[in-house]
Amino acid sequence: MKKKSLGGALVAVPHIVWSALFIIAPLLFVLYYTFTSPEGGFTFDNILGLTEYADIFRTSIEMSIIATFCCFLIGYPLAYFIARSTERQKKIFMILLMLPMWTNLLIRTYSMMAILDDGGFLNSILLALDLAPVHIVGTKGAVIFGIVYDFFPYMVLPIYTAIEKIDRRLLEAASDLGCSNAQVMTQVILPLSKSGIVSGITMVFVPSISTFYISQKLGGGTFELIGDTIERQFQSYSTYNIGAAISLVMMILILISLAIMNRFSDGEETAGRLKR
Amino acid sequence: MQKIIELHNIIKEFDGERILDNIDLDIYDKEFITILGPSGCGKTTTLRIIGGFETPDSGECLFDGKRINDIPAYRRNVNTVFQKYALFPHLNVFENIAFALRLKKVPEDEIIRRVREMLDMVALRGFEHKNVNYLSGGQQQRVAIARALISHPRVLLLDEPLGALDLKLRKDMQNELKHIQQRTGITFIYVTHDQEEALTMSDTVVVMADGKIQQVGTPIDIYNEPVNAFVADFIGESNIVDGVMIEDGRVRFSGKEFVCVDGGFGKNEAVDVVVRPEDVDFVAPEKGMLVGTVTSVTFKGVHYEFIVDIGGFKWMIQSTDFVDQDERVGISIDPDAIHIMKKSEYSGKYGDYSSFSDELDSLSDADTVEEE
Ligand SMILES: Nc1ncnc2c1ncn2[C@@H]1O[C@H](COP(=O)(O)OP(=O)(O)OP(=O)(O)O)[C@@H](O)[C@H]1O
Ligand SMILES: [Mg+2]
Repeated sequence: MKKKSLGGALVAVPHIVWSALFIIAPLLFVLYYTFTSPEGGFTFDNILGLTEYADIFRTSIEMSIIATFCCFLIGYPLAYFIARSTERQKKIFMILLMLPMWTNLLIRTYSMMAILDDGGFLNSILLALDLAPVHIVGTKGAVIFGIVYDFFPYMVLPIYTAIEKIDRRLLEAASDLGCSNAQVMTQVILPLSKSGIVSGITMVFVPSISTFYISQKLGGGTFELIGDTIERQFQSYSTYNIGAAISLVMMILILISLAIMNRFSDGEETAGRLKR
Repeated sequence: MQKIIELHNIIKEFDGERILDNIDLDIYDKEFITILGPSGCGKTTTLRIIGGFETPDSGECLFDGKRINDIPAYRRNVNTVFQKYALFPHLNVFENIAFALRLKKVPEDEIIRRVREMLDMVALRGFEHKNVNYLSGGQQQRVAIARALISHPRVLLLDEPLGALDLKLRKDMQNELKHIQQRTGITFIYVTHDQEEALTMSDTVVVMADGKIQQVGTPIDIYNEPVNAFVADFIGESNIVDGVMIEDGRVRFSGKEFVCVDGGFGKNEAVDVVVRPEDVDFVAPEKGMLVGTVTSVTFKGVHYEFIVDIGGFKWMIQSTDFVDQDERVGISIDPDAIHIMKKSEYSGKYGDYSSFSDELDSLSDADTVEEE
């Protein structure tokens, strides 16, 4: 490798300072708080005490897996559909997809509540039509809906990019060699969009496992996700040590799942075998 | 011989522009047929209609006498070697070749046996586990051929399969393809815009221009008996001059009367007269049927190539005899070297070498390569 010039090194300085200040330092703080007691002595108690939160961890993981899966189920066909439409249509779909992202999360969540609440917009319509009102806010479904609604553009975009890149001639070659339309999908499009699927899943799963606020509002106070727990430890109780310990464990969980996802996408580099 | 594919009055338009204009073509079982024509004349479109990737606006496509217009590509007994190979990047060499067999759920040991057979045929033994993305152009080409042939299609469509290869490899692959075709007895429909390739490989050549078929015939027919100025010019070099058919066997051009062997034209009908550059002999000026001045001489290895100004019309003449520039020469043409064609929309557009230079020629070649 070529030795970096002085100029090249100088260019990297802002990045290094930035990383040190805003990435490394907070991590060190998390580590410090995790392994100290409020009085400042070294301890494992914070970590060992986390069994108390096992249920919340489980719910969070479960909910984010379900939400990610829902995002994939809705997102993949949509991404495929957009990738196959005309240039003009693509632009319109992209704007429609991004539009909610330009609105603040709080506003989005509040408007979702305004629509879904027991006395909300949806139920007023149902009542006006003489139909039975539905109870949505406060259920698990509402929270999952909220997460899916918020994060599914992050599923669509990378998958769209991956499908868009697939050479159309490969699809023709596949049908030439005997693939029905469904087989073209399973034998060529799916495997060739794997990298997009992996990043889509990562980009939805990671933020949704640590999400908070959505669950507080749409969960109607009956749900607590791990993100809410952390927020409460820091904000309300000022029990930094417990909060830090939970954060650390969650980071490790995320790292493990990222590593697993990466194994999947690595498979793409080495050309493999046709799936049956 | 039996017809395997028939195209009847195929018309295809894109964005209101007529790309295929009444294509009528019979393709016989086990023949090597080449569709030849300049870039953009509709060769690929014709092939795509046979392959099932494009539906004609009107007209019929028959396979074994049965209409296949509405049969999707994956159910046609026709496979394609694509212009840019289109190998599956997520599969290795073995799996690319095995693709069609795996879809048919052929047993594993038979797959292994047949892929090996294919690898031997295209001389890629030992490449089974290579990543296709790192193969050379020639190797990718062979994988594409093996992949298309493994399911023993009745017809193989090849769209300029050698276009991206260098000259030496091109020649080798031409021989190999011809050999494979003869050995397997599969009908090859081969698209190229290289006339030499078409002449050397094919049983039948189809010359296309402007979405129309100009001529169908054996390579020898096409070369010796072109039907119009376009074909005469596109296949090899040709001097094409205006002439008048006085009667059968007598034609007048360049201000002189010549004996020829063609006939069947009206009395004093205006015609195009074709004389191939290699069919013209130099003689002393006083003995010449025509007399002209040499304006350029190019050494071509086996022969010299001369441009000779005869009464203002520039002729191309190839000869092993050397004549110097600016020298006056007489030329003589045998009766059977004079080929008479009916006038066509292409008359007067081709076969005059007044603006000719090698440099221009190679420039325009580069253009056509880039367009692909
Ligand atoms: N899908 C399409 N949409 C619009 N125009 C098309 C389409 N496919 C082909 N054409 C047009 O039809 C004409 C013929 O195209 P075609 O690909 O058949 O030419 P070709 O003879 O194969 O040329 P080349 O030697 O350059 O490959 C071209 O002018 C091309 O622009
Ligand atoms: Mg083409």
